[in-house]
Amino acid sequence: MEEVPHDCPGTGSDQAGQGAACQGCPNQRLCASGVGAAPDPAVEEIKEKMKTVKHKILVLSGKGGVGKSTFSAHLAHALAEDENTQVALLDIDICGPSIPKIMGLEGEQVHQSGSGWSPVFLEDNLGVMSVGFLLSSPDDAVIWRGPKKNGMIKQFLRDVDWGEVDYLIVDTPPGTSDEHLSAVQYLAAAHIDGAVVITTPQEVSLQDVRKEINFCHKVKVPVIGVVENMSGFICPKCKKESQIFPPTTGGAEVMCQDLKIPLLGKVPLDPHIGKSCDEGRSFLIDAPDSPATLAYRSIIQRIQEFCRLHQPKEENLISP
Amino acid sequence: MEAAAAEPGNLAGVRHVILVLSGKGGVGKSTISTELALALRHAGKKVGILDVDLCGPSIPRMLRAQGRAVHQCGSGWVPVFVDQEQSISLMSVGFLLENPDQAVVWRGPKKNALIKQFVSDVAWGQLDYLVVDTPPGTSDEHMAAVDALRPYSPLGALLVTTPQAVSVGDVRRELTFCRKTGLRVIGIVENMSGFVCPHCTECTNVFSRGGGEELARHAGVPFLGSVPLDPDLTRSLEEGRDFIQEFPESPAFPVLSAIAQKILNETSAQLS
Repeated sequence: MEEVPHDCPGTGSDQAGQGAACQGCPNQRLCASGVGAAPDPAVEEIKEKMKTVKHKILVLSGKGGVGKSTFSAHLAHALAEDENTQVALLDIDICGPSIPKIMGLEGEQVHQSGSGWSPVFLEDNLGVMSVGFLLSSPDDAVIWRGPKKNGMIKQFLRDVDWGEVDYLIVDTPPGTSDEHLSAVQYLAAAHIDGAVVITTPQEVSLQDVRKEINFCHKVKVPVIGVVENMSGFICPKCKKESQIFPPTTGGAEVMCQDLKIPLLGKVPLDPHIGKSCDEGRSFLIDAPDSPATLAYRSIIQRIQEFCRLHQPKEENLISP
Repeated sequence: MEAAAAEPGNLAGVRHVILVLSGKGGVGKSTISTELALALRHAGKKVGILDVDLCGPSIPRMLRAQGRAVHQCGSGWVPVFVDQEQSISLMSVGFLLENPDQAVVWRGPKKNALIKQFVSDVAWGQLDYLVVDTPPGTSDEHMAAVDALRPYSPLGALLVTTPQAVSVGDVRRELTFCRKTGLRVIGIVENMSGFVCPHCTECTNVFSRGGGEELARHAGVPFLGSVPLDPDLTRSLEEGRDFIQEFPESPAFPVLSAIAQKILNETSAQLS
């Protein structure tokens, strides 16, 4: 395994192979030859492919287990409730693909056609893609290093025949690493509307989420806003509220004020959410009157509003 | 920050290495790692914690060690001691960031290189246990950690899950990772197992129930117990307090103690 110099300028940088830190790096000659700086042809191919996709939304969090997949799935469900809206849900969590289970599509397989891979359709207007559909057993582990994961994400963006789509929702794993960089880099030419960042109220989450927000700034992805999940719990018996994940530093509200980012909403913990996800059903339909459902719907409306106000340029719209 | 040239055997003084894994994020790996370290300390042991979650390093805050500096010595980096008695030492990328909100936006190879350094270039000294906290998944960090630690014959891995199927689904894959990499599974811990309302004591299964125990049965590995949700535990971790010392009455205490006790029993039965 190669040693990477601490101050590696990056293989794509114009300092590649030439910086002081490059001395002694086994890749120095390769980088200095300019090979790393050549743009990946996939970026242009993906830009072409994405011309039939109106809005692209990333769902991110620095922290694991805060409800990204839950939110992505329910965002997809809610948008697809309008049968005239075409929705695509792409799960780029390669190691822990939760979307098939949450969408009730476990065990489904992906088909290839002349025009590429066909997503799995939950409804006529809701297509889903995940590495989960490529695994033959629930025990199969995807033990891949970064470059192989990147290759898969490239294929998902370039080779899946999404068709004409109003909203492409990209569910991500926690962190700020290969998957996130690849998604942003491959979609670089195709215009990402923005990112929805999910957190829970406690500082242990927020400290990771601030990093994620910095990542978005670094890679110039607009932050649509933050969703605070698991925000309070109402006991089903006595109806009193408890804070299972106490907002010891003020929760997402204070973080958003500090960072001047919109707080899209707070979703309370409802045990039925986990149940619906486990059983592959839309919680919004299972529990239409739950305060959590009302919170989700309000957040989703704000996201739609954001997308409406930030329409892509004319050249990217589908021509009639 | 440059570390000194790799010294052979910076782990030579470490008696037992335990990895804490999960396929799933947010199930409590860092929580279990921290509480295990605190419980082992209370049993009189010297413990090191290696936090290889480079994108989301949670451990420094959980032990009130945020913002501490890492110093160098002849054998490499000196781990940060979180207490005066120097019974718990910690290494995390969190200590190497200039600003706590700085994102570590690295691809695999750079992450692998740092993890290798964390194993070989940190002067851990004499430790009874080194607990290795990991991010979720089965990727670069996990492979790098297992490869670097393999020469030291780790005791095994604790796998953490929450009860619901979505979590168990990911942890099944982590079990496969353990099998494929030859890492022994010490057992499965089910976290966030029910919440007892402080107002009326009704227990609600917030994240479903039973998944951890069933997974352990299905996989033929020991089930180490269910840790309930306890806001006192969450708060302790937020504030970097010693939960094991301060909340022995908590419903979470018995299982956390039992996990530590199992480790102690297993390792006292072994020849050192």
